[in-house]
Amino acid sequence: MINERIIMAGFGGQGVMSMGQLLTYAGMIEGKNVSWLPSYGPEMRGGTANCNVIISDSPVASPIVTDATAVIAMNRPSLDKFEPSIIEKGLLLINSSLIDRSAERDDIIAYDIPANDIANELGNSRIANMVMLGAYLEATGALKKESVIEALKKVFGERKAHLIPINEDALDRGAQLVKGSSCG
Amino acid sequence: MAKVLMKGNEAIGAAAIKAGCKFFFGYPITPQSELPEYMAREMPKAGATFLQAESEVAAINMVYGAAGAGARVMTSSSSPGISLKQEGISYIAGAELPCVIVNIIRGGPGLGGIQPAQSDYFQATKGGGHGDYKMVVLAPASVQELTDLMMEGFDIADQYRNPVMIIGDGMLGQMMEPVELREPKKRDLKPKDWATTGTGGRGHTNVINSLFIDPAECEKHNLKLKAKFDEMEKNEKKYEIFNCENPDIIAVAYGTTARIVKTVIDKCKEEGINVGLIRPISLWPFPYEVFEEYADKTKAFLSVEMSMGQMVEDVKLGVNGKKPVHFYGRTGGMVPVPDDIIAEIKNILGGAK
Repeated sequence: MINERIIMAGFGGQGVMSMGQLLTYAGMIEGKNVSWLPSYGPEMRGGTANCNVIISDSPVASPIVTDATAVIAMNRPSLDKFEPSIIEKGLLLINSSLIDRSAERDDIIAYDIPANDIANELGNSRIANMVMLGAYLEATGALKKESVIEALKKVFGERKAHLIPINEDALDRGAQLVKGSSCG
Repeated sequence: MAKVLMKGNEAIGAAAIKAGCKFFFGYPITPQSELPEYMAREMPKAGATFLQAESEVAAINMVYGAAGAGARVMTSSSSPGISLKQEGISYIAGAELPCVIVNIIRGGPGLGGIQPAQSDYFQATKGGGHGDYKMVVLAPASVQELTDLMMEGFDIADQYRNPVMIIGDGMLGQMMEPVELREPKKRDLKPKDWATTGTGGRGHTNVINSLFIDPAECEKHNLKLKAKFDEMEKNEKKYEIFNCENPDIIAVAYGTTARIVKTVIDKCKEEGINVGLIRPISLWPFPYEVFEEYADKTKAFLSVEMSMGQMVEDVKLGVNGKKPVHFYGRTGGMVPVPDDIIAEIKNILGGAK
């Protein structure tokens, strides 16, 4: 039984919303009950953005995530805001390329993922979100990487299909960091 | 059709087009602007017309016109915009025309805010415009239900020649969930032989009008409308009963708030408190009878709303004094948090278990 309740947060433009949509889409492909709820309002214009994703074997009750099983923090304000929302033994993924601190809590499982550095190494700074998503998939085993790739194909269509391999590389690099880490 | 992931606001549009909606007249307002945006893009492809009016007042009167000509037509807005449309809605109800009106409710009164709210319950169910009229008001809780009710809404409007309102909030409009566009159950819809589409040599003129200057005539018209509203009350009640086997307390909530209550139900189970849920899906006609029935099976009721307490009045009418009816609400765009609702439940049941 899975019941993943994820908060993804960062600056507008870091791909937080699309990362959430991809994961939601992948969950749907695997036949799970899913929901994606964005923050909306004036704060989205150039400010912080976050979305709540739920992937569950049972029907989704509230689409609002209050007790998060995982938080993906792409920047420092997001980490400060959402670290307290994680349940005990929950997962925290920190984009250490842009965040100058590690997890404050010791009752959760936290990984520092230099997502922007890896994305730059791969040659596209815009796929930092996919590095984080790869780390999430590896750390939780909630969904298969293949489902995310399938979702990407649907979202990208023919025109952007050439971007699939680099996205897959980013997912793999994120996963490797979690695999190779002593943490957790 | 396979399931697709859709935003609530866009799913409304997809469902409307699938239901054969040929005209959309609207004016943008947060948090429903994705809907007119979607319609502007998709309606021409479906051989339908999207038109951004100069104001909400113009938009609802365009709906009046298109409905009078027998077309499937809709408009959408959010709270302040819906207030502007009230005059037109009253005229449409008076002239007995079918249409669907979507209200993605935001905080009020006045300009209020843009975050989720349910504070337009009174306006929607108790006659926001003038005169003795009613309209079926449907409050979906998921994107799937939103599309189902949107499609059925056009049929209900046509069957009774009456406006139908679909209400949601910014959360439902903005969130994405899997949807499948499904045909509603078939209704016996009569041809629109009353529409003003030209006489075609048939010998009489169809007139669309809500003016009855002779009071006896006007009363007669109202009695005819009343008979129709009675039929709607008899046939169109919708509700969900959830976890109501011997509950300690029954929560009453609609739309997205009902989903928050379902999370509350799960959490309360872990603490040995059994919370039931009655979720009215049609806010008018309101399923009063259900409350009297379940009053014997529980200790109390708690109406949970994103308002200062509106539906709670109907819950009280339904419970009819048999059990205490409590209220918990957040408003102005603030969304109730499960833990706060749980605290309220414990308070009502007499302290923590």
